Amino acid sequence: MISNFDYATLQQLWWIICSIIGALFLFLTLVQGGQTLLWQVAKTDLEKSLVITSLGRKWKMPFTTLVLFGGALFAAFPKFYATSFGGAYWVWMLILFSFIIQAVSYEYRKKPGNLLGPKVYELFLFINGSVGVLLIGAAVGTFYTGSNFTLDLFNRVTWDYTLMGINLRGLEAAFSLFNLSLGIFLVFNARILGALYLLNSIDLSSIPDLESRLRKNVLTSFLIALPFLLYVLISILLMKGFSVDNTGIISLVSFKYLSNLLSMPHLLVLLVLGILLVVYGVISTSYKQSNKGIWFSGLGTFFVGLVVLCLPAFNNTAFYPSKLDLQSSLTIYNASSSMYTLTTMTYVAIGIPFVLAYVVYVWKLMDSKKLTKEEVINDESY
Amino acid sequence: MDIDMSMVNWARAQFALTAMYHWIFVPLTLGLSFLCAFFESIYVRTGNKEWRNLTKFWMTLFGINFAIGVATGIILEFQFGTNWSNYSWIVGDIFGAPLAIEGIFAFFLEATFFAVMFFGWNRVSKKFHLFSTWMVAVGSNLSAVWILVANGWMQNPVGMVFNPETARFEMHNFAQVIFNPVAVSKFVHTSSSGFLFASLFVLTISCWYLIKGKHIQMAKRSIIVASVFGLLSSSYVAFTGDESAYQVAQRQPMKLAAIEGLYKGETKAPIVAAGILNPKKHPGDDQDPFLVKIEIPYALSLLANRSLNSFVPGIDDLVYGNEEQGIEGVAPKITKGKKAVNNLAVFKQAQKENNSQKAELSLAKFKENQEYMGYGYLETVEEAIPPVAISYYAFHIMVALGTFFPLLFAVFLFYAMKDALTKESLKRWLLPMGLISALLGLIAQESGWIVAEVGRQPWAIYGLLPVKISTTNLAAVNVQITFFMFLGIFTLLLAAEIKIMLKQISIGPKEEL
Ligand code: HDD
Ligand code: HEM
Ligand code: HEM
Repeated sequence: MISNFDYATLQQLWWIICSIIGALFLFLTLVQGGQTLLWQVAKTDLEKSLVITSLGRKWKMPFTTLVLFGGALFAAFPKFYATSFGGAYWVWMLILFSFIIQAVSYEYRKKPGNLLGPKVYELFLFINGSVGVLLIGAAVGTFYTGSNFTLDLFNRVTWDYTLMGINLRGLEAAFSLFNLSLGIFLVFNARILGALYLLNSIDLSSIPDLESRLRKNVLTSFLIALPFLLYVLISILLMKGFSVDNTGIISLVSFKYLSNLLSMPHLLVLLVLGILLVVYGVISTSYKQSNKGIWFSGLGTFFVGLVVLCLPAFNNTAFYPSKLDLQSSLTIYNASSSMYTLTTMTYVAIGIPFVLAYVVYVWKLMDSKKLTKEEVINDESY
Repeated sequence: MDIDMSMVNWARAQFALTAMYHWIFVPLTLGLSFLCAFFESIYVRTGNKEWRNLTKFWMTLFGINFAIGVATGIILEFQFGTNWSNYSWIVGDIFGAPLAIEGIFAFFLEATFFAVMFFGWNRVSKKFHLFSTWMVAVGSNLSAVWILVANGWMQNPVGMVFNPETARFEMHNFAQVIFNPVAVSKFVHTSSSGFLFASLFVLTISCWYLIKGKHIQMAKRSIIVASVFGLLSSSYVAFTGDESAYQVAQRQPMKLAAIEGLYKGETKAPIVAAGILNPKKHPGDDQDPFLVKIEIPYALSLLANRSLNSFVPGIDDLVYGNEEQGIEGVAPKITKGKKAVNNLAVFKQAQKENNSQKAELSLAKFKENQEYMGYGYLETVEEAIPPVAISYYAFHIMVALGTFFPLLFAVFLFYAMKDALTKESLKRWLLPMGLISALLGLIAQESGWIVAEVGRQPWAIYGLLPVKISTTNLAAVNVQITFFMFLGIFTLLLAAEIKIMLKQISIGPKEEL
């Protein structure tokens, strides 16, 4: 069947696969969000241990998903991989840096002789959860606001945005209110997810203080996130977008993303559903003392993420637009791998559901019992 | 096209730095994961709690190492895009696929079962825990498969065609990419070298305990398993190393000439078992390349072509040509290459201007010289020669150590079988040798990559794409800053890792019952 797919179908399919991976990553930023909560919600050493151990069992998941996101884009949309990573150099470098310091922190924080002391590793975790997620949001924002590059005949990227004579190589993404708002929203959304996850995974019956701090945090993070989310959504509905006509010419069109939403109503439905699920997760946790909020808000985040990534790519839209030279903008059709590679990779992708299945199975197996104080004191913990 | 050589060199330095740091931790992961699985299997078989404590001890060290291995890996994954974006675009069609597959199949396996391995002791059944440990070992070695497919393809590009329309390489046969003989020999050699290295690591720590008189029972048990595994894997490393060298001889004759310090090609070529290079030697002159040397007759012809009487070309033959042997020099290749490069540019311009006649003509001319395209970017013939001294010494250090390790393990196994490891006299020679062996292993590991990577200069894709045109269009200062950022953070984390490890080793295994 796969061998009969035409080129455009494969290109669309692969954008959807990459978007699913990206949206899963956004769900998994619950780990990053949890990291930024550490100093706020955990007051005693024991509470800290509980929080870090609970997050620590999952830290590899967002990390690996990010790596896979990079790998999948490299394989399926190499022109995007080359243009964005090479062009917006500093945004990506700082994101990577924040993940390097995360990777060791869980393992080293409490080990004797760790050179830097636990506070520094906790700071590393905080930086990863805040700066890292913020920049990822800003980078995704450029799918809507565009970047400052041109491509030559051989598709070599030139990046041109200087401030006081210095080429900022992508850092200027943070100067856009839209990109920043998306970033801040993701940071606080991650905090909501983090708190919800911790409520679900730790046995809080004997530590009511931690529980009430977590519940309170779900609501405050939500209230902070809300205006940024609204700003992003309203901007998307009102802003001009980068449209491609059938000769491949790219131009700015008013209300492009609004019309994308209207012509792809399933995305509209997903978006509304996603937002409602996030809100439901928050409300059921704050007002109904539920511990299952993570599944609602998590799924909601996944849906919203999917829409945010698909909206600027489908319906004849350029997903990585250039502000300097509209015709250099990337679409899923001009940035993809060859048909042969996409076909091959589609066969490979048949494996993804199996991978997901065992990930979910093991996650459930490991989380079937809640994490207890005793376990953190007696057993392996971070 | 302007080439900013300082950017190229900083990007190279950054790749070398991050790859070599990654490679401190990766071989240990590849091997120690299997050793942990062996230890735990023995525990599950015998039900003996001491084996469980032993397993947990080595797993703690595994975890400390694993974290920093992962931290250094993520940089490599994205560095292709950030520093080598031209490369990424030109070959992403082929090179991206193995990286994506590695993510899907290998990294997730590791990531998922890693959590069970560390935190599942009281959460899942004994059997499932053992299964998870095995899955971590399988996962980490599976990641080696895919990354080495990618690297093997750079050394020996197969399964693709150049598409002038897009000016890039496109995949046309995935099976050829996966079953590339260079990738296969790289994988078997590299993974077994990881097993070998982990065995040396276990040996080193166990010897330290024996010398200190601590945890004797555990140390002896660990040594038995490590010597068996080490003896098998080190023999296999030597065997697959020979196969790697054969592949190099067949596909990258210039690299072979460099690692052997061979300037003038010979039939019945001897191999230099040990020797000091003449630092004044230049390609094409008549000086002896060696100051002193010990040779093994015929060995190089045998190794390179599996035939005693065969001709092995030297650097001079490959650079300046050798008509008698039918070897074309670099100069005519550069001439043809420049034609190809120019015609491609004309073709692309004509296409843009919609001048189909001009496009067709230039395309036809391009195709005449297409296979030499990469040479078109070289300025001098000498540019085609990799750094000889680095390649030569790295190779000889690796091979010398590769011959030594099987002997070392054999001796350890001998004493371990006689249960004589605690004899006082061994403290004077064998145990100290064991104590430094992990360091020697690391030296061999890094040397191996230096051979592979430095030896293939100036090419990023062998014979097709020189390193210097693979880079991102980026001011050197950016790469310089990130270079020092990585140098700083990795060195700091390495220091932390070593301190933590030493502390854990001095604490030793927990005696839980
Ligand atoms: C403990 C480590 C170790 C040891 C003892 C050896 N090797 Fe090795 N070697 C490696 C670790 C390694 C490596 C790090 O795994 C490399 C780097 C790239 C690769 O594929 O494997 C490698 C590469 C490598 C290459 C280059 C392949 C290429 O350029 O593509 C050759 C020719 C050899 N080895 C040959 C040998 C021989 C003849 C040995 C003698 C016993 C030997 N190696 C021992
Ligand atoms: C992990 C062990 C590795 C080490 C120690 C290593 C070492 C090096 C070194 C020293 C260089 C610089 C060579 C020079 O310019 O003189 C280099 C370059 C490079 N290596 Fe490797 N390498 C490793 C693995 C890999 C792998 C697995 C790949 C591909 C998947 C790879 C791809 C490259 C690329 C793209 C460059 C830059 C272009 C070049 O200089 O050739 N390396 N590496
Ligand atoms: C340029 C080449 C390389 C790239 C791009 C690369 C990329 C990565 C990345 C992104 C990770 C972290 C993955 C995660 O768990 O999320 C990683 C870890 C790992 N890599 Fe590499 N890698 C390279 C070279 C190698 C080589 C040559 C090998 C083995 C032959 C290897 C084996 C591993 C292993 C076993 C891990 C697991 C954890 C650990 O490092 O201890 N890598 N690598």
